[in-house]
Amino acid sequence: MQVRLEPQGTQLTVSGRRRVGDLVQSLGILAGTVMVIRGDALLTDDEFVDDADTIELRAVISGGLA
Amino acid sequence: MKCKRCAEKAIVQLRSHNTAFCKPCFVFFFQRGIERAITRETMFTHEERVLVAVSGGKDSLALWDALADLGYDTEGLYLGLGIGGYSHASERKARAFAERRGLRLRIVALDEAEDGLAIPSVAAATRRPPCSACGTFKRHHFDRAALAGGFPVLATGHNLDDEAARLLGNVMHWQLPYLAKQRPVLAPTHPRFVRKVRPLYRTSEFESATYAFLRGIDYVVEECPNSHGATQLVYKDLLNRLEHTMPGSKLAFVGDFLSRGLPLFAAAPEVADLGECERCGMPSAGAICGYCRLVAEVGRRRAQAVAHS
Ligand code: SF4
Ligand SMILES: [Zn+2]
Ligand SMILES: [Zn+2]
Repeated sequence: MQVRLEPQGTQLTVSGRRRVGDLVQSLGILAGTVMVIRGDALLTDDEFVDDADTIELRAVISGGLA
Repeated sequence: MKCKRCAEKAIVQLRSHNTAFCKPCFVFFFQRGIERAITRETMFTHEERVLVAVSGGKDSLALWDALADLGYDTEGLYLGLGIGGYSHASERKARAFAERRGLRLRIVALDEAEDGLAIPSVAAATRRPPCSACGTFKRHHFDRAALAGGFPVLATGHNLDDEAARLLGNVMHWQLPYLAKQRPVLAPTHPRFVRKVRPLYRTSEFESATYAFLRGIDYVVEECPNSHGATQLVYKDLLNRLEHTMPGSKLAFVGDFLSRGLPLFAAAPEVADLGECERCGMPSAGAICGYCRLVAEVGRRRAQAVAHS
């Protein structure tokens, strides 16, 4: 499957069917710090993603002083 | 996973609340949380005009959207910081959102308000970190716009993660005066100041991003280029690790501070009585306010640079 990390714009290829929660963890990302998006839908950790999927992991953290 | 409210298929899981929701129930949960925060802390009423500071990011646009839906009388305020492509993109998003929702947006552009004073050039001229100059400019222009527009209250999109990170920073360095002032409602300390409120102080970043996404709000995903390496991000990362192991930690940290810690710090010495700045007329502890001093410093440094060239 194609995985895009935003806002970095990094593109990854991950193969094999797996749980969303496992995918996020395997990329070293803490749950709750990204939204997992497939098309126009959000996915919860217990759902499965597959080779044919295109997934966006969009960070929810913004930072600065103000 | 099922929605805890209606048992339909859930699309959002909120570990910190040990719950999960479908789309309509999440929207309801999010807006109700804001409404409760507003009432609990007596932030403002439906009769008051609220100026919402919007950056084009997820938090402020989600806040504005929810306040409008909840029937509050709002106007937006966008401050153009002049930070290259990031500022262009965020202004576009803020404008498009206001237009789509039929809401009024006021725009103050720094490089037009004060001849060439965009954040990067101020930072370069004064050799200050951009975020420090930015904070001074934001405070000044937010206060000034609220006063000029006759708004009794200014709302910002600071969320639970921002509050928790700030609290951790203030505790790390035992910043007593800051701890005394870290609250979701700040009463004006001068007649020319307005009440400042943070209706998202119990709403996490994950929740506001999710809300923005589900409501089809097109926000800037890209970050301000100056945010990289910001200390606040280090604190946020620490807190997210803690949250991962102990869900609900951030809310407990901030919530317990407000109920049990804050009263102990509220007695910290107050800043001196405020007079008015001789240049701009805004409240100031000295004869010239921090903003006007910064503007004057830029002018001086630029003149020196010209003289040396
Ligand atoms: S990261 Fe710093 S410079 Fe950028 S908007 Fe935030 S405070 Fe301003
Ligand atoms: Zn539901
Ligand atoms: Zn001044």
